[in-house]
Parts: sequence; C-alpha cells; structure tokens
Amino acid sequence: IGTIPPPLSAPYLTQIFIDNEWHDSVSGKVFPVYDPATGEQICEVQEADKADVDKAVQAARRAFALGSPWRRMDASERGRLLAKLADLVERDSVYLATMESLDCGKPFLTTLFVDLQGTIKTLRYFAGYADKIHGTTIPMDGEYLTFTRHEPIGVCGQIIPWNFPLMMAAWKLGPALAAGNAVVLKPAEQTPLTCLYLGALVREAGFPPGVVNILPGFGPTAGSAIASHMGIDKVAFTGSTEVGKLIQEAAGRSNLKRVTLELGGKNPNIIFADADMDLAVEQAHQGVFFNAGQCCTAGSRIFVEEPIYEEFVRRSVERAKRRVLGSPSDPTTEQGPQISQEQQARVLELIQSGISEGATLECGGKAHGLKGFYVEPTVFSNVTDDMRIAKEEIFGPVQQIMKFKTLEEVIERANDTDYGLAAAVFTNDINKAMAISTAVQAGTVWINCYNALSTQCPFGGYKMSGNGRELGECGLKEYSEVKTITMRLLAKNS
Amino acid sequence: SLQAVKTSHNELYVASCHLHIILIVFQLFINNQWQDAQSGKTFPTINPSTGEVICHVAEADKTDVDRAVKAARAAFRLGSPWRRMDASDRGLLLTRLADAIERDAGYLAELETLDNGKPYAISYCVDIPNVVKCLRYYAGWADKWEGKTIPIDGDYFCYTRHEPIGVCGQIIPWNFPLLMQAWKLGPALATGNTIVMKVAEQTPLTALYVANLIKEVGFPEGVVNILPGMGPSAGAAIAAHMDVDKLAFTGSTEVGHLIQQASGSSNLKKVTLELGGKSPNIILSDANMEEAVEQAHFALFFNQGQCCCAGSRTYVQADIYDEFVERSVERTKNRVTGDPFDLKTEHGPQIDDEQFKKILNYIDIGKKEGAKMLCGGKAASDKGYFIQPTVFGDVHDQMTIAREEIFGPVMQIMKFKTLEEVLERANDTKYGLAAAVFTKDIDKAHYLSSGLRAGTVWINCYDVFGAQAPFGGFKASGNGRELGEYGLDNYTEVKTVTIKVPQKNS
Repeated sequence: IGTIPPPLSAPYLTQIFIDNEWHDSVSGKVFPVYDPATGEQICEVQEADKADVDKAVQAARRAFALGSPWRRMDASERGRLLAKLADLVERDSVYLATMESLDCGKPFLTTLFVDLQGTIKTLRYFAGYADKIHGTTIPMDGEYLTFTRHEPIGVCGQIIPWNFPLMMAAWKLGPALAAGNAVVLKPAEQTPLTCLYLGALVREAGFPPGVVNILPGFGPTAGSAIASHMGIDKVAFTGSTEVGKLIQEAAGRSNLKRVTLELGGKNPNIIFADADMDLAVEQAHQGVFFNAGQCCTAGSRIFVEEPIYEEFVRRSVERAKRRVLGSPSDPTTEQGPQISQEQQARVLELIQSGISEGATLECGGKAHGLKGFYVEPTVFSNVTDDMRIAKEEIFGPVQQIMKFKTLEEVIERANDTDYGLAAAVFTNDINKAMAISTAVQAGTVWINCYNALSTQCPFGGYKMSGNGRELGECGLKEYSEVKTITMRLLAKNS
Repeated sequence: SLQAVKTSHNELYVASCHLHIILIVFQLFINNQWQDAQSGKTFPTINPSTGEVICHVAEADKTDVDRAVKAARAAFRLGSPWRRMDASDRGLLLTRLADAIERDAGYLAELETLDNGKPYAISYCVDIPNVVKCLRYYAGWADKWEGKTIPIDGDYFCYTRHEPIGVCGQIIPWNFPLLMQAWKLGPALATGNTIVMKVAEQTPLTALYVANLIKEVGFPEGVVNILPGMGPSAGAAIAAHMDVDKLAFTGSTEVGHLIQQASGSSNLKKVTLELGGKSPNIILSDANMEEAVEQAHFALFFNQGQCCCAGSRTYVQADIYDEFVERSVERTKNRVTGDPFDLKTEHGPQIDDEQFKKILNYIDIGKKEGAKMLCGGKAASDKGYFIQPTVFGDVHDQMTIAREEIFGPVMQIMKFKTLEEVLERANDTKYGLAAAVFTKDIDKAHYLSSGLRAGTVWINCYDVFGAQAPFGGFKASGNGRELGEYGLDNYTEVKTVTIKVPQKNS
C-alpha cells in the first residue's frame, strides 16, 4: 500500500443542485448533518420540499424535451460523459472518501478501497453500455418491417439510502444516464454531502443542465413529493421495505409511474458440515458485520449444520470479540458507529428482545463509548426461528446463529420469510451447492463467498425485498421504454 | 495559423502543421520488446507523395512469426496475467490505449499521411478520431460479453462460457492503417485473445508507434505482437501456422482465397475475411440531386478511391442521367489534388507504384472497351503516384471497369430504367460488400434495401460507419462481420458446461 495520504478537509457543498446550478430551498429551510462517530453537527444543508421537487422536475423535463442537447446527443457521447464523471470521482477519491467517512461513520480505508472503487467501476461499466443498448428487427407475420427502439423512459426520480451514499448514487445514475434519462435524485437526509459534491462533478464532466438534479431532503416531504409527482415517469427507491410499500402505493395513486424497489433482507447463510470452517467463519462474520451491519444483504440468519454448530459458534464469538471498534479515521478500525441515535436505539431494542425471548447472548449486547452511536459486535446463539431477532431486519452488528439437521429442513426455514434479497451456502459438495442455489428464493445466491458483488451482476430481491434488478445488463432494462415500430412494405422477403 | 477545411461530412478547423518527424520505431514488436528480424533483413517504406524512401523497417519472416506465436501462446496460457485479469481491467487497458492515441493524435496523423499519402486533414479529423472511438467502444464490451444459462432437458444445470479463441493472427491492409489496426485490436483484446499482427509492407509506421503505446499503457508482454513484413512470406507463415487458432484478414479477394486454402491445408484455423467490392450506388429520379451528386462523388473518390466499399458502379435513373453526369464531372474537375499536407487538398497520391500502374491500365482498358472518358485519365504529377480524378460515362455492365475492382479514383456511371432491372444488375457481381440508394420514396427505399445482396446498405448517405454497426461482406466480399456486438462473435469460442444436479427445478 505504501503511505496512505491523510484524510483531507474542505468546505462542503450544501445547496440544492438544479439545472447545473446551486439553489437555496424555496422555503428557506435547512437541516443539520451529523458525524455519527461523535454526534456533533458537521454543517447545515438546504432542505428540499415539494416546491423544490417541482422546480427540479421542470428542469429535467426541459432537458428531456425532443430536440434537446441530451436527446440529440450520440449514445457514445453519453457514455463519454459518464466515463469522464468516473475519472473525476477517481481524481477526487481521497476527498470523497474523507467526506463519506465523516458523514457515515464508515472506516476511511474501507470507504476508499470499497465504496469509492465500487462507485468508479459502476460508472465506468454503464459508460461502456450507453451505445450498446440494442433494439431488434423482428420477423413479424405479414408484409411489414418491424423493429424496436429502446428509448429512455423520461424523468426518473431516484431515492437513495444512507448506508452507501456515493455507491448508491452511482448504481442509480449509471444506468439511468447511459439509457438517456433525466434524473431527480434525493439522497438520504443523514448523508447528503458526497452526493452534492457529485453534482459539482456532473457539471464539470459536461452533462447538459437539467439532466441530473440533486435534492437533499426528508422522505415524508421531498421523497413523498417525488413518489406522487405527476410529471415523473419512473421512481427507483432503495431503502426499507416499510417505505417501499408507501412508494408503490403513491405510484398507484398518482400517475402509475414505473417503480423499482431495492428493500430490506433477512438473508440466510447456510453452513454445511463439510465447509471450509475457517473460510465459513470469516465470511459469515464479515457477511453480517460489514458496514456495522448496515447492509441490505447482511447475512443475519446463519444456519449451521448440527455436527459443527458448537465449534462454529465458539469461533464466531472469538472472532466477534476481536472485532476492532474505533474512530473511522483510525486505519486499524474495523467497525464504526451506527448512522444515527435513532438507529442505535433500534438495534439495542432488538438486542433486548433477543435476550428476553431466550436466545443466548454470547458477547457484546451494549452501546459502546460515550460519544457517537456505537454498538458492540454482538453474537446470539441458540436462536429459534420465531424470535424477533430471527425475523426482523436489525440493520446492526448483531449475529444470529441457528442449528439445522437436513437439507430439506434448512431450505424450508431459509425461505420462511417475506424477504428474499440474498442467500449463501458454504459447502464442498457440488450437489448441495446446486440444490440450495436452485431452491432458495433470493435474488443473489453466493456459494463459498459472501457479499461478492460487482457491477456486471444483476442484483435485486424476490418477494418483499424488492421489484426489479439493478446492475448488469438487467439494470438497463429498468430505464428503457420499448417502442415497437411497424412499417408497411410492398413485399416482404426473408 | 488556423485554416478551415471542408470534408465531405462537415466543416472542420485544423491547425496547419509543420513536419517534424523523428522516426523511433522500425523493428519487430514481440513480447513488448523491439527486435530486428532474425534474418537481419529490412525493407524500405516509401512516401507516396514523392516516391522517396522514408526509412527501412525490419522484415519479419517465418522464423519471426514462430517467435511471435510462441510469445502469444505463452501470454495465453492458463493462469497467465492476461487470462487471470478481470474483464473490466481488459476494458480499462483498451480505454487507456484510446486515451494515449488521442494524446498523440497530431503526431500519428502526420505519420499516417507521410506513409499513406491521405490528406492530413482527413488523417487528423477522420482516421484518428474513429480509431479512438473504436477502441473505446470495445473497451466497454469487455465485461459485458455474457454467456447464458440454459433450460436444458433433464436433471442438469447448463451454461455457456464465452472464452477467447486463443492466438489470433491478424493481417491488415494499407488503405486505413491505423483504423484497420483498431478494428482488429478492439474486439480481439476485449474478449481476451492474444495477437500476432502483420501490418502492410506499404504502411508499417503508425501501427508500430501504437505498439509502443500498447506497452506504455500496460498490456502484459506477449498479448500483442506486431510484425512488419510481406504477404507471401510473413503473411503466408501466419496463415499456415499450426499454432495460430484464428486468422482475420482484410485485403484483396485474390489473397482471401489463398488464406482460406491455407487454413484448410494447415490446422483448420477459424477464418474471417474482409475483402474487395464493386459496390452499386443507385440514384433514383426523385433523389435530392445536389446531395446525390456530392455523396456519389465522395463514395468513389474518398481515400483516393482506395476503399473496399467504394461506390464504383453508380446507377442513375434514365430521366436524371444527363444532368447527374454533367454535375458529377464538374464536381470531379473541382476536386483539389495536391500535397496531402496542404489543408486544402482533397486528393492525395495512390499508395505505390504497383497500384499507380494498375489503375492507369484500367483507365486504358475502359477507353479501349468503349466507355466515354469525361475527365481525368492521366497521372497528375511527375513525382509520386498522383492520378487525376477520372469519370467514365455510358458504362455497360460487361465492361472490365464495371466488373473488376479498380481501387483508384475512377468513377463509372451507368443508366437504368426500372427498379427491378437495377436490382438485378446491382446484384450481378461476385462481390457483396456495400450498396446505397438515393430516393425520397419510403417504399422504393425498402424494396431495394431488402433486395440488395450486400452487407451494408446506405439510404441517402454513403460511407457512414460507426463502431456500433456491423460491417462485412456477402459472397466473395468476405466472411463474418466486424464492429458492433457482432464483431465479438469472431473472437469467441463458446463452451457449453453441463452439470448433473440431484433434482432440477425451473
């Protein structure tokens, strides 16, 4: 690695980004942004509400009008702009990692090597797709020439969460812009700073005004305004299942805008007795504790085959006790704080329910430290499927370990949930791996690995974990409208 | 000082250039290293504007081909850095190569014009930007070229892997040296192959400069190997090599036949061919006359007539024939012939003495067989290989100049009456590379574009290319398609993997 440059500090962009310009909120309101490692305020940011959403939608509509620079642009040129944006993010990656680490409480090194790289690679991937979105010519019955155009949908609302702010912005902007849409993006109120900086880079890269608009604000006001807006053609939401349901209802009540949802999960991680124990313990540990447990993919139900259960619990507890809590800027830190006091309280409440419902608390279980929103890495064993900690998404550093006997049993138990985002299986037996990966109802199944995500691979949920897929070629489909054009011919020939 | 230059597509502003050429690469490029030919032989490369030798370049022969193939094979072995590399990183290397070429565009354009004779304004504004776009396009494909999972009958899980073929021989021509190099490098490297490339003996210099950039941006050694040399020695050695898995050739149909035969008599290497053409350009009476004349002129005379897809049979509907011919002759007389480094020049020299003589011979045959020569017809200068832009009218389909590929600035104009007739005449050729139709009528456009047996059909335009759009020939104009997603097929072996599962479920 060599010497890591020390994190930088610089003033923040705190206004609303519309039409490539910075605006105060129409209402004049602002809201505070906090550093979760200390609980202290970082700065105040303009608070977008319905009136600002209206302004942004108008700007996006203008940018999307037939004949506009964005609509007339070569697809390959759209790709060039996205590639340029990726290069700019790479140029400013240390600054962005610092800001993200401060705003989210993520360890700085992880932010630099995982979040920033994921952001850059996603933008580059979709940059490469812009001029490869193909329609088809179709051998239709009758004297006709038929072909499809894959057109951009139009104005897309995008609402992103606080757990991976910059990367979630890239997951949304990449496919939407590659496919030629205009975007109204609302970052989470807890973590607006890196997204606002991205606005400055969008302008520097050369995107026409109005193509990307960024509105920091709250869910019930700005987010709701986007979901209900009659001038928005599609909304993409990543967040809790609870709010996902509201988004779907709002779309139905308003203009039937297209909806894609990336929601919560209670993801099963199934460890067979023939698994590589060291690998399984470490992967299961990272699978649930990564990002302080704040991942929709967290492997929060670990099913361990009976013969190795005791050993697995023992090793997992030992690993959890070694997990280093600390300041995000300390390079030895593995785990930072939870995002907010509210989230911290929620996690602690669920831990209490685990204790009172009879699970064995092996380690952790309490808040940590006087400042910030830290929770100790916590492990529960002897968890049964009916406990709240086995059913509800905790979104914190709490590991549940359950015992199972047979393949059929664990498949049934793994699928016994309204969620279906991800799953994993650890085994050396090819037949068990194929059986589990076929049977489990999850959008992503990992075999002998966990959280192996990459921009080329479609990602999304079964059941109440969501609708639609992001990333990969699948991700582009969600941002296109297919138009079929049928032209009369005098005489068709094959 | 800045001068405005009008090309056939749009108006461009190009700085005037001073010729400072320091030639730094004239050896073979194998395993990211520069080396002389094993035999020590060299050959001269000529400036076609003056007929003078630019420099001498190492001449690769069979032994050098053997060394290059060994290097490419080693770079392709299982577990090598190239085989282990993330697909997205292969794409990133291609992007960096495009960036480096863009950075050195001025120098490369000068070198291209010096070695090939095409006007500098065109090298700089057309060739180089399209090279950059092609590489960027294929950079984007590297991690998107997906196999499938397949619902096969039975208790099986079935999927395909899109694997690189292996060591790919690539033989490229002299008419668009850099662009042809990019068309070959892009898809082959995006899909993970290794390459032994033989560049044309008339125009080795720019491709060798790009070899330096390939090393600079970080391609592992042995992934790309570039050999200047002659067709009958180095080219034949590649075509016959038992350890080359695939050969892509762009050049004459005559040599294409030899390549295909060599594959059959050696190891049945996969072969793709981009060969010659005698492409029909059909002008209907309702066409926009001004546009049709200009586009038909451009279709034939671009690149000194040295395009595989040149519109070298211009069919004009009878009732507009006379006016069309008159306007075409006037436009041709106004075509500016001169020093390719002069920004006003539209028309440079032919590539070499052999082509120069061949074209003048075709012009003689045209006159002897009774076609009406309306302008041009002679050498345009006593230095270099310049030929006056030439137009023949009243050409009949059986004349030699109507059937054989001239590859020079000689335009043939024929008359036709009906659509059915012109379609039959247009298709009456062994070639099938491109075709065009000029008309406002939607039904006529579709009738002709469906019926023309050509790999590319242009409607109300000519020579419109994009890295995204496949290009290639019907019939003796070639096998396979280059560019677009289709271009990846030629560089892929599909492996089907079928795994027994205890119980299949949909």
